[in-house]
Amino acid sequence: MRIACPFCGERELGEFTYLGDAAPKRPMAFAADGAEQPEAQDLFFDYVYLRDNVAGDMTERWYHGGGCRSWLTVTRNTTTHEIKAVHAAPGAGAQKRTKAGATS
Amino acid sequence: MSRTSQISGDAAPLAFNDNPAADSRQPRSISTGTQSHRLSSGGQIDRKQPLGFTFDGKKMVGFAGDTLASALVANGIKLVGRSFKYHRPRGILTAGAEEPNALVELRGGARREPNTRATTTELYDGLAAESQNRWPSLRHDVMAVNSLFSPIFVAGFYYKTFMWPAKLWEKLYEPAIRRAAGLGKASGAADPDHYEKAWAHCDVLVVGSGPSGLAAALAAGRAGARVILAEEDSRLGGRLLSENGEIDGKPVAEWLAGAQREIAALANIRVMTRTAVFGVYDGGTYGAIERVNDHVPVPPAHQPRQRLWRIVAKHAVVAAGAIERPLVFPGNDRPGVMMASAVRSYINRFAAMPGRQVALFTNNDDGWRTAEAVQRAGGAVAAVIDSRGAAPERYRGLSAKLLGGVVSAVNGGVDCVRSIVVRDAGGRTQQIETDCLAMSGGWNPNVALSSFHRGRPVWRDDIAAFAPGQCPPGMVMVGAASGDFSLAACLREGHAAGEDAAKACGAKGKAGEAPKGDDEVFAIKPLWHVEGGKAFVDFQHDVTASDVKLAQREGFESVEHLKRYTTLGMATDQGKLSNVNGLALMAEATGRSIGDTGTTIYRPPYAPVAIGALAGHHRDENFHAWRLTPSHHWAAERGAVFVDTGLWKRAQWYPIDGEKDWLESVTREVLAVRNGVGFCDVSTLGKVDVRGPDAGIFLDRLYINTFSNLAVGKARYGLMLREDGLVYDDGTTSRLAEDHYFLTTTTAKAGPAMQHLEYCRQVLWPELDVQLTSVTDQWAQFSIAGPNTRDLLKNLCDPSEDLSNEGFPFMGVREVSLRGGMRARLYRISFSGEMAFEIGVPARYGEAMAENLMRAGAEFGVTPYGTEALGVMRIEKGHVAGPELNGTTTADDLGLGKMMSKKKDYIGRAMAGREALTAPDRQVVVGIKPVNKTNRLRSGAHIIPKGAAPGPETDQGYLTSVCYSPMLGHWIALALVERGRERHGEIVRAYDPLRGEDMDVEITSPVFYDPEGGRQRG
Repeated sequence: MRIACPFCGERELGEFTYLGDAAPKRPMAFAADGAEQPEAQDLFFDYVYLRDNVAGDMTERWYHGGGCRSWLTVTRNTTTHEIKAVHAAPGAGAQKRTKAGATS
Repeated sequence: MSRTSQISGDAAPLAFNDNPAADSRQPRSISTGTQSHRLSSGGQIDRKQPLGFTFDGKKMVGFAGDTLASALVANGIKLVGRSFKYHRPRGILTAGAEEPNALVELRGGARREPNTRATTTELYDGLAAESQNRWPSLRHDVMAVNSLFSPIFVAGFYYKTFMWPAKLWEKLYEPAIRRAAGLGKASGAADPDHYEKAWAHCDVLVVGSGPSGLAAALAAGRAGARVILAEEDSRLGGRLLSENGEIDGKPVAEWLAGAQREIAALANIRVMTRTAVFGVYDGGTYGAIERVNDHVPVPPAHQPRQRLWRIVAKHAVVAAGAIERPLVFPGNDRPGVMMASAVRSYINRFAAMPGRQVALFTNNDDGWRTAEAVQRAGGAVAAVIDSRGAAPERYRGLSAKLLGGVVSAVNGGVDCVRSIVVRDAGGRTQQIETDCLAMSGGWNPNVALSSFHRGRPVWRDDIAAFAPGQCPPGMVMVGAASGDFSLAACLREGHAAGEDAAKACGAKGKAGEAPKGDDEVFAIKPLWHVEGGKAFVDFQHDVTASDVKLAQREGFESVEHLKRYTTLGMATDQGKLSNVNGLALMAEATGRSIGDTGTTIYRPPYAPVAIGALAGHHRDENFHAWRLTPSHHWAAERGAVFVDTGLWKRAQWYPIDGEKDWLESVTREVLAVRNGVGFCDVSTLGKVDVRGPDAGIFLDRLYINTFSNLAVGKARYGLMLREDGLVYDDGTTSRLAEDHYFLTTTTAKAGPAMQHLEYCRQVLWPELDVQLTSVTDQWAQFSIAGPNTRDLLKNLCDPSEDLSNEGFPFMGVREVSLRGGMRARLYRISFSGEMAFEIGVPARYGEAMAENLMRAGAEFGVTPYGTEALGVMRIEKGHVAGPELNGTTTADDLGLGKMMSKKKDYIGRAMAGREALTAPDRQVVVGIKPVNKTNRLRSGAHIIPKGAAPGPETDQGYLTSVCYSPMLGHWIALALVERGRERHGEIVRAYDPLRGEDMDVEITSPVFYDPEGGRQRG
């Protein structure tokens, strides 16, 4: 599999590390007023453990540790490995969007 | 020459090279007189280059350009091996990679290589090959007795017979079966050759260099695309090397030479011969194996034996050709029965005539080419048996005896065919004398590469074969591989596919005209099975037509079951010859169509790939890259013993003359530090520069404790959790400036922690203005410890530097000037519990720093110490490390629960509060002392209460870190023990069934040495 890193260009799978589903968002432990969220533990339980087993397009986190150390959000078909989009994570360098690699 | 019921053998045509030894250009020591079946002219061999070789010790001669198989054919050798199960005598069946029979052991000693196909082994001078799976000799193999019992050795025999007692499988049945049935033996020695791995990139990958592949490569190359043309053979040409005919009005050999010249002149075409593309992977990546030096006895110095390629191609044109299918009839495995296309290859390419009276058995037009080729080369055709009953229009003029019907028996000896029996539609039989029976059951497109991504081949009735289904993205199949067998179609399709692929890659040049060839018709009427005796489907695994039918009767109808029950297609040829015949027989038995019966799943590798090639240079000490500390060479010169920690090599201890074991060295190093001063290279710790206005907030969210309130010029120990609430990593972080922290991780977690930090920064909190830089490799860092540390540093630092307790307090950090003016970072932190500093200098000064520390501390007896002494001192101080930060412990388990801030969120905060992670009976860190002080403790020993029977119910924990404490004079340990903090003073058992040890030990505080911490603050 080859992933088109927005910073480095198309690179081979071995340069990347897979994390998993990009959908879960880290919950807030404290409310906006600073009070502790009573249900924080339940929210974090879902965030840490509950994942969908997607057959088809999935947005995933990948880390380009063998390259620019950017975290990427990759849209990949889990049944064909076709990569449809690669975005840099919001905090990864300048934000830019690339098309999927030509041969993905 | 065509009236053919005469006895063969006594009428050798003049065309045979009966006395080549008379050729004066040959070295006198080599005679080519053995080549009884060599044609005197033609072929692509070099008669001026005779090559001596041996087969089972017998000396023979071939020519440059031969394969081992063609040289054996030229020498009249028919018997080359024994089959896997029945030990039946077998001959050379094919002339290519699909060969199931002619497998030999090649080379000797550590280079001995079993199961090498003689048909793809290029002949070299001195080649030594041995036949396999026979004893005492190939002609007289005692295990051939298996064949007599073949009625009971049917499909599934092993499963039925050796069912029980089950325990005998591993000990008795399987070893015995493996000894009796098997192929060649590996050398058992380490492979002395080396292998390498490489990448290549191109616009268009063309797989195969037959007419389709050459046309594709030329079209794409002329258009200007970057082309790789991969060919499994040593020569370009594919079937063109073995066939007669014309392209663009020229004989194929002439056209081929021209095509090769043009390809060589195009700089954008890279030709890779001896390179088999064996797999297709995601993203247009192709696996290929280049047999760089398989055609020489020993690879030249510094050259690999084989090279594994990963080829990344935007488009691939697969022109992998087709493989001729055997016919399934009684006696079809006797040496002397050969594929019709192979007979043509041996005649046209290698100038070796497989028989003196060649008979042909075919169900299709293409087989007839063989009769033509035999006659053209001056050989005799005994008869053509066409199951369809009539000669095709095109071959009506051929003066050969035509018989309608089937071959129903093959008579002969262990190493030859003498005659065949032909049965016509009315059941009448007649005997034909022949010494070589060529057979053609049609052609199977080589669909493998199209099917590796689960593309299912599609049955085509018109060619009676499976054609490629849906190909992986970016790939097209052309020519014979796509089921279009005529030369004209191959050239046309190849050219068009090459042109299209080049255009799709943006090439703008002109592809020129497609070459023109003969548009001959391929007509076939399937003949799947001739009844009347043992007819083989899978030659290597001895699967017969009746085995397939038996499998069906016993319920193994699915193709995947058929394969596993009968072992059809599981031999080293992976069913290249046998699968379709097996499927057709199953279809016949079940009444389904062949298309509905389907094929088994195709999986790479298509061609055998040596494990050595997959490993490349990543073996032994080069299995992975090594990281060396900045003082590595200095330590090595001092005779340090190194330990592998992850990718690092770290000095474990520094033995000196007279020390008898590691314990003596380590004890000396510990005492030297505790009583004087020592130093240790700690550069392997992960180091991260954290900069930016939000650096403090960022660290607050990472660690359980707070860093935003850390004063500039101070260091603090920090603990990180995973989001699930368990401990992740620890280390000291210093604040060098308002917006600049210097964070350290453990050695083991340096890489993962950096990834984690980047995740937090880029994904979780992109709003924070903070930047991370890994500086692990930029700094050489040494821990200097012991009561004389300050004295040593005074010799090292500029006299203006105040190193007193007031001027440089415990946990203080600052940049200092060294004598001579160099700047260094000094951190007053201690892992050993002694008065200690860490000093950091740019990594390139690491070795010089080690030497300077030796000089500065010479008057105090400074002692370099290794990781072992470092470990002893941290256990004596009760500091946790890897064995305690083991992914199952919480901050509180480690005695660090008080560090968990209640005022802020941090990674792992919410989940750390879970019931099970805060339960009062958790196993927590304690110290352990043996009651009998002479006892040695062992890590991994279980803690159980006194008087309790050992078992999972009574298990209360285990020893995590043990050492001999020089300060206490006996062994001590850290352990994780249930409710351990309440149990200091209790006597329990350290039970170690693995080593058969059981002893009383005392639970203590984990801090064995200087519990008040006065020494490190002094």
